[in-house]
Amino acid sequence: MFLGRVVGRVWATVKHPEYQGVRLLVVQPLTADRQNTGKQIICADSMGAGTGEVIYWVRGREAHLPFLPHEPPADAAIVAIVDTIHLAGQERGEPC
Amino acid sequence: MILARVVGTVVATRKDPRLEGKKLLVLKPVSPDGKDEPGYVVAVDTVSAGYRERVLVVAGSSARMAEGCKDTPVDTSIVGIIDDVQMG
Repeated sequence: MFLGRVVGRVWATVKHPEYQGVRLLVVQPLTADRQNTGKQIICADSMGAGTGEVIYWVRGREAHLPFLPHEPPADAAIVAIVDTIHLAGQERGEPC
Repeated sequence: MILARVVGTVVATRKDPRLEGKKLLVLKPVSPDGKDEPGYVVAVDTVSAGYRERVLVVAGSSARMAEGCKDTPVDTSIVGIIDDVQMG
């Protein structure tokens, strides 16, 4: 699983039928200290995340699991909205 | 998933029988803000995408979950045609 920040949204009318009602968001992957890293990707959203929020996402075949019993052909999905990140050396977790 | 633009088609006569009847397209990956990214990919089209259209591309084993791709030797599929991308 990886950290990321929602930076945009994608609309598609013609799509695989299992994608009906699934939101597609543009995600910028982040490092643990919330610096941008890597290319932006499109994630299926199972959480109702909004632009600017720090989330974590999964990639691979498992990405369709949050949507069961529907099986959208997704290879990346947002599975949580992050409240705080607590790194070693910090006294307390930093709110995102 | 990534975004890509359709830039061509691929024709192959001799191929795995499970790929028969599948449309293969050449795609140029693009970033969400519209810039071209390096390289090209060949993908199976399951949504009848056309030349120059921006599409949603699934890679890896998830590509076999696309319409009609179950148990086929496919690792990149087109699963949507993009209407709009809004950043910020």
